[in-house]
Amino acid sequence: MAYTDETRARLTADSAAIIARYPRARSALLPILHLVQSEEGYVSEDGIEFAAETLGLTPAEVIAVATFYTMYRRRPAGRYHVGVCTNTLCAVLGGDAILADLREHLGITGDATTPDGMVSLEHVECNAACDYAPVVMVNWEFFDNQTVASARELVDRLRAGDPPTPTRGAGLTSFTETERMLAGFDDGRADEGPAAGPASLAGLALYRSATTSGGEK
Amino acid sequence: MILTPVLTDLWDAPRSWTRATYEEHDGYQGLRQALAMEPDAVIAAVKESGLRGRGGAGFPTGMKWSFIPQGGTAPHYLVVNADESEPGTCKDIPLMLGNPHALVEGMVIASYAIRARHSFVYIRGEVAHVIRRVQNAVRQAYEAGYLGRDILGSGYDLDITVHIGAGAYICGEETALLDSLEGFRGQPRLRPPFPAVAGLYASPTVVNNVESIASVPAIIRRGPDWFRSMGTEKSAGHTIYSLSGHVARPGQYEAPLGVTLRQLLELAGGVREGHELKFWTPGGSSTPILTTEHLDVPLDYEGVAAVGSMLGTKALQIFDETTCVVRAVARWSQFYRHESCGKCTPCREGTYWYVKIFDRLESGEGTEEDLDTLLDMSENILGRAFCALGDGATSPVTSSLQYFRDEYVAHLTHGGCPFDPVASTVFAGASA
Repeated sequence: MAYTDETRARLTADSAAIIARYPRARSALLPILHLVQSEEGYVSEDGIEFAAETLGLTPAEVIAVATFYTMYRRRPAGRYHVGVCTNTLCAVLGGDAILADLREHLGITGDATTPDGMVSLEHVECNAACDYAPVVMVNWEFFDNQTVASARELVDRLRAGDPPTPTRGAGLTSFTETERMLAGFDDGRADEGPAAGPASLAGLALYRSATTSGGEK
Repeated sequence: MILTPVLTDLWDAPRSWTRATYEEHDGYQGLRQALAMEPDAVIAAVKESGLRGRGGAGFPTGMKWSFIPQGGTAPHYLVVNADESEPGTCKDIPLMLGNPHALVEGMVIASYAIRARHSFVYIRGEVAHVIRRVQNAVRQAYEAGYLGRDILGSGYDLDITVHIGAGAYICGEETALLDSLEGFRGQPRLRPPFPAVAGLYASPTVVNNVESIASVPAIIRRGPDWFRSMGTEKSAGHTIYSLSGHVARPGQYEAPLGVTLRQLLELAGGVREGHELKFWTPGGSSTPILTTEHLDVPLDYEGVAAVGSMLGTKALQIFDETTCVVRAVARWSQFYRHESCGKCTPCREGTYWYVKIFDRLESGEGTEEDLDTLLDMSENILGRAFCALGDGATSPVTSSLQYFRDEYVAHLTHGGCPFDPVASTVFAGASA
């Protein structure tokens, strides 16, 4: 299925804006792959061809890059893409149990998508939120301090089209909308969500109580 | 109070990520001062402060800047490494979420110092809201004239491009990051030439960590002596320690370099109730693990090196006695295998065979010989891999065998893992 003329024109305009950010056009390849992923929820053959044509590369050169990075998908993601951290610390604190339960609960094995297309599930490596372990990501927003029960409730609500608010992030839209933002197109939602979660403030809170109570500095 | 919030100080302010809040807290004052100085004087001030790279290697930041050859015709670039992916490391992400303008201001000052006209911040892709906050901060900085043409009437021009990664731990390695930023697979480059000579687009380039760059505005504003008043002689200043795992209050604790885990654990409420410390990483999974005998080691570059590990990213992952060290190391080995870029044989093959052996150990099919093979392989990876990823992969393996060989042996005699994985979860004892 090739892009329609309308889609192609839109992607071409967006790509031109991406290329303009860089001294050399090839630097635009990663964001352009995010852009084409925002079209179909994965890097399709059409997406690869489009990126290659746009940057004057061969499809093989684009594939070599696209297959190197884990965020570029070869099959469509669900509307909500769920990543469960199973690197050591999250795994030990409960990530392994969460992933095993979600796979069973959703009835999917490996990295797959539910038949209704609502939820895709994969394990992810450390997502830099270890002080909130175990961590689950949805469309690359943080859902901190998860348990087996809370993660199950989370995916149930995602499947029902009633997504909960991330712990530290903007309200969920769709995987493809997130991918467009990752291509560098600001979605104007930076002001949503908190500045920091409680663990981020753990040291600062101690400092505030020590210094405002007239205690030692 | 031992804590010294500087970078974290703004995080509890209302709408801390906005330019207005940042300016109310002396934001962009350091930039005003820097623009009134000669670029070389800015470099000298950062050198004098003793600031060392906060991304793991600890290289003196000002010295790195001074390596940029001046007077040539090639453009200079500053590239900020915001690819925070080292397991356990979780400081740059909350920093960019809560105080992105400190990073932007630091980038303008650093770029001015090294005479760059275009700078990049390479953020890992898996952190959507962090990306929004940085994009927003850059846009607000343009609107206020802190970026763009003739910044604050100084005649200095700078553009910042926010570049989003796509999932690859290896891109935290500075030369792999540059290849990735150029639109290639993120694989490390042979050095020399170092990025200072031939970095981005083969031009002189400084690559700095987020926390390093965000530390610069306060150094300029408050002076190198202020910065040196914290920390130790060779490891100056404040830094963010990240405590995670089996602690009562995990989180970010900004303190002078040289505090000890004992002090930090006291602040964090200790190891979770009813349990005791077993092992910990001082700075992510690539730094050899330490044990209870290292509670009083000063957590600075020299102190941690003296006990055979590395300060790394100050990512203190705490594991209590319910944790199987073999399982922990097996998982890290899987991570390194997953993330090995495949460029060099020792790392690509070594991490692959690590995982095979750990699978055997965990399923009760391991032998005593496997333990020797792990050490033998580690010797053949360490120092022979193309970049630090391979070296890092050996750290948990060799250090865990050094401190917990008995536990490996228990996997042989017990017919697999003797631990109950449920006991180590945060929801152990609760009806999860």
